[in-house]
Parts: sequence; C-alpha cells; structure tokens
Amino acid sequence: MSKIIELKNVNKWFDKFQVLKDIDLEVAPQEKIVICGPSGSGKSTLIRCINRLEEHQEGNIIVDGTELSESTKNIEKIRAEVGMVFQQFNLFPHLSILDNCALAPIWVKKLPKKQAEEIAMNNLKRVQIDDQALKFPGQLSGGQQQRAAIARALCMEPKIMLFDEPTSALDPEMIKEVLDVMVDLAKGGMTMIVVTHEMGFAKEVADHMIFMDEGKIVERAKTKEFFENPKSDRTKLFLSQIL
Amino acid sequence: MNIIAKPSKENIKTYVPIGLFLVSLSFLDVFVNAFFNFNLLGFLPSRLNYFLPLILGFIGFYLIRIEFSGVRYLDILNKNINSNNFNALLTLFTIFIIIKSVPPMLDWFILEANFVGNSKDDCKGDGACWVFIKVWFNRFMYGLYPDAEQWRINTAFLILFAIVGASFFVSEKLKKYFVLFLVFVFPFLGIKLISGGSFGLEYVESAAWGGLSLTFIISAFAILFCFPIGVILALGRRSSLPAIKYISIGFIELWRGVPLITVLFMSAVMFPMFLPDGTFIDKLIRVLIAITLFEAAYMAEVVRGGLQALPKGQYEAAKSLGMGYWRMNALIILPQALKLVIPGIANTLLALVKDTPLIFVVGLMELAGMIGLAKTNPKWLGMAMEGYVFAGLVFWVICYAMSRYSQNLEKKLSTER
Repeated sequence: MSKIIELKNVNKWFDKFQVLKDIDLEVAPQEKIVICGPSGSGKSTLIRCINRLEEHQEGNIIVDGTELSESTKNIEKIRAEVGMVFQQFNLFPHLSILDNCALAPIWVKKLPKKQAEEIAMNNLKRVQIDDQALKFPGQLSGGQQQRAAIARALCMEPKIMLFDEPTSALDPEMIKEVLDVMVDLAKGGMTMIVVTHEMGFAKEVADHMIFMDEGKIVERAKTKEFFENPKSDRTKLFLSQIL
Repeated sequence: MNIIAKPSKENIKTYVPIGLFLVSLSFLDVFVNAFFNFNLLGFLPSRLNYFLPLILGFIGFYLIRIEFSGVRYLDILNKNINSNNFNALLTLFTIFIIIKSVPPMLDWFILEANFVGNSKDDCKGDGACWVFIKVWFNRFMYGLYPDAEQWRINTAFLILFAIVGASFFVSEKLKKYFVLFLVFVFPFLGIKLISGGSFGLEYVESAAWGGLSLTFIISAFAILFCFPIGVILALGRRSSLPAIKYISIGFIELWRGVPLITVLFMSAVMFPMFLPDGTFIDKLIRVLIAITLFEAAYMAEVVRGGLQALPKGQYEAAKSLGMGYWRMNALIILPQALKLVIPGIANTLLALVKDTPLIFVVGLMELAGMIGLAKTNPKWLGMAMEGYVFAGLVFWVICYAMSRYSQNLEKKLSTER
C-alpha cells in the first residue's frame, strides 16, 4: 500500500506532560480518516504535528516523501502541500475574501495575480460563496467564513487537507453547509484527516476511524466496524456517550 | 405642603419659560460684566450682587430640570449638563469662566495687540507685540540660512507638497511609485538641494540651517528612519533566536532608559572623540541618528504591543499556507499589528516632533530654538510670551494635522463591520 503520510513512533511532550504517546499512523492517498476522542486526548496536536504547527520530539513524520525535521525548507514545502482548516477559521481580517484566497498562491507559489485570482474564484464557487468574494471576513457569517477558509486552503491545491474541529465554533444551523462542502471535497478524491465530533459526517465519508485517548491511538478500524463493533471498552464508552 | 411644586410635566408651561429666563439673565449679567464692564444688577447690595448670577442660574436650572418632559432638546440638555444640582453648578461655573476669560484673551491677541511697525518701540499697550514675529519671521522659518538661497528650501518643500497633493488624485498604481519616490529618492534629493555643494549650488553648512524648516527636516527624517528600525526591533524582540532577541531587548532598554537630551549631548560632544582622526560626521547627521535610534526604541515597543494583540491563529493560518517568516510578517502580521497600534504610533511620532526643540543643547536652532535666540536679542527683550505663544500655535497646528491624519488612516483601514 502506498502511503502519503507516515508517522512512526511519534512522541510529544508539553513540558513534562506527554500529549502524544507512540503514535503510528499511515494514510494512503485519497484516504479519509476521522479522528475522534475526548477533549485533551491529543487529536488536535496530532494533526498539527503533520504540518509542524507543533513540533514532535521523538519519532518520524514523513509527508509525501519528505521528512519533517528542523529544515525550514522542508517544512515550508510540506505546508504548501498540506491544507489546514481551523476551528476558529483564522481568516485574515484585513483582506477581502478574494485576497485571502489569492494571497498564498501569489506569494508562495509565485503565480501571476490574475491566474491566482482565477483559482481563488473557482474555489470560492466550489464552496458557493463566490458572491461574497469582495467582502471582508468580518461581514460574513460563521458558516460562510469557514467555507472561505476551506477555499483558501484549496487554492494552494494541496494533496492533503487537515481539518481541526471545523464545525465546533459554528451555530448548529451553519454546520450543515460546511459539512456539505467537506463531503463534496471527500467525493472529489482528496486525502483528508478530520478531527470532529460529527459522527454523521464520519459515517458518510470516512474510510477509517481513529479513536484517541490520553495521547494514544486506542483503536483504528474501518468505519462500519468501528461503529457497529468497537473493540476496546474505552471506545464503546465514548460512542455510547455521543451517539 | 410645598409652596413651590416640584418641576414636573404638569407645570412645564410655566416653569420652563421662567427657568430659561433666569438662566439667560444670569448669563447676560456675566456677559455684560465681562465684555462691557457694566454691572446690570448694580443696584443690589454688593455681596448679593456678586453671587446673584450663580443663584439665578441655579434656580433657573432647577426649574427646567423636568424628567421625561417629552421636549427633545430639553431632555438632551438636562441629561448632559443639568442632571442634578451639583452638575448644574458645575455647568454654571464652566460657562462663567469661559465668558469671563474671553475678553482678556481677545484683548491680548487682537484688540490691543500691535501689528504694524518694525521695532519694539512700535509696540504700545498691554496687548501682544506681533511685530516681533513679523520682523523675525524669516529667521523663524529658515534660521540663519542665507536669504539669497532660501528659494532652495522653498523649492524642496514645494516639491514635497506637490507630490503629496498629487498623490491624492492619481491611480493606485501610480501612487505606489509616488510613495516609493517620496521615501527612497526625495529625502536625499531634498537634502542635496538644501545643503548644496554641487550642481552650481552654493554649500550651506548645516549649522546655518534652522527655524521651522529644520523642525520639518529633522522630524521627517527621524520618522522615516525610526519607523522601519522600530518594526525590525519589535520583530527581533519576539524572535525565537536568542542572539537576535537579546540584542533587540538590550538595544531597546538601553535607549529607552536614557533621556533624549543626554543622548543628543553625547552625540554632539562625546561621539566625535571616539572617531579616528580626520573623520568627520556632520553634527546634524549625528543628531538625526541619535533621535532616530531613540525614537525607534519607543516605536519598537508600540509595534510589539500590536504584535502581541494578534491571535495565535493568524500566525498559524499564515504558516499553514506555506508562508515563511518574512512573508508571514509582511503580508499577514504587520499589516494587522500596525493598524491596531496607529494611535500609539501617532503618539510616538507626535512626541518626536515635539522633542525636536531639544536639539538646542547641541547648538542647532529649530523654531523654538530660534525664538529663544530672538527673545534674548537686546533690541527685543521681553518678547518671550509672543514668541512661545507663536511656537505653541505652530506646533499645535502640525501635531493636530498629524493627529487628524492618523484618525483618518484608522478609519480608512478599518475592515470591521
């Protein structure tokens, strides 16, 4: 099986507190993985290690053939290939939605401005907010902002998309519009790692489910098996509480 | 039972006219007293007469204090300046003081002031002697710069104003070039024009420069250079590289810890001693470097405030898009951080402009320095008041303009709803 992301024996500490313990994870191209688990279990830290927003102290992380290390060049190369969507959207408030999307293609990929804006408009159309392109983030609803953030990540034409609780900061009625975009993206063949508590979404798109607790991967299973026949007691308990 | 009913909506028709009449009467009395030196109520016993405006106004304000009267202007008035007895008194005092202080000010500034003539003897009476300003005006503007060469200063500033003015009317793209020209080319062109020494222009040494033009030159250069240095220091102080971090901290704390006046003194007197023999750096340039570095330290702390106010998510989002340190700061972090601290930046720059008079310690005379010099001229002794009022007004105009500009900038750059 070819793999696009590979984590080998990754350990990470915040001061003395160990947040990730012996994480081994392989992700194949086009695979969709949903990570769930109680808060503080290290799910966010795990995916933030994949584009080195957090540093791991032990083990290897290899993304698309490039190993993450101190090398700034490698880090920036990987970050340009890995899109990330945050819980708090993190759009740039001083730029219009269009500029938010076109900025990185222009300055990181060195595309001409016109081409970058074309790409931006296409992606905004894909998440259905092309009519909001000239507005500023502060003028959009939460759902629209999160869709804009997804479009912004897509503009770099990433091979992998990481989602860090993308719907946790949204009003209930806006969650669906964001999930719809993500389902759409999944059907388009994107490699996705999603940290979320939206189990309906997980059942619909995930190939594999990962359950984490106390910094460890407790269970990794095919989605159907995970929900119908979880092996560990901890997973059973967790599922019984949120389903 | 109450002889006088409490002011309320029922008696509004009688109370408000009486109240307003009493209030106006008290103001009128003070006004006539202050402006025409005539005591309207002079027929009353003197002690009562002295306090009468206050008493009348107080009663008047009491009568019109009707809550929820339904009359819009009355409600606004009551809410803002007449909400209770104490506030009514404060209002009366404030207005009385304003009325009382206008005539003497008017007298000094205009009515009894002297505008014609060309020596101190032409000034008579108690008013200001504006002749002083008129006669010395040229010196106040240009210092000891030779009269025949002053067109060079004028030209330099005219070009500056012309470019700034024109930049409001040209397209965005052209504007960029204008700004680049103003920041990178014009300062050196202007300084060459003013100092001369080539292109057939007579050399004018910087010791002869002075007056308001020197204020502008020093402020402009210091602002131009202290800003980028400050930004770099601010970034340096937050750097994860220990060497850069501690050098920045050391620099900032060193310069913030010494008074500007000692820095200027050192730059003029001590610094040349450390230079190898034969090397010479112009005094003005040394002073400029001193002011620039001094203000850069302050600027750095202001900018750092802005950097710290940004949520961590902005850094993470920029990084996650593959931006490196410089692109992240130039495109995402600094535009937002600087926008946040525009008031603080304006504060620092205003302080800088107002610090320029301190260069007198090294013998350079900008506007305030020139005035200080002129007032000690034997023929013009006793003109300190006129001189410093003039200097105050000029500085106020400059600083107020800068302040307005910063407010406009803030409004223009605001992207919040």
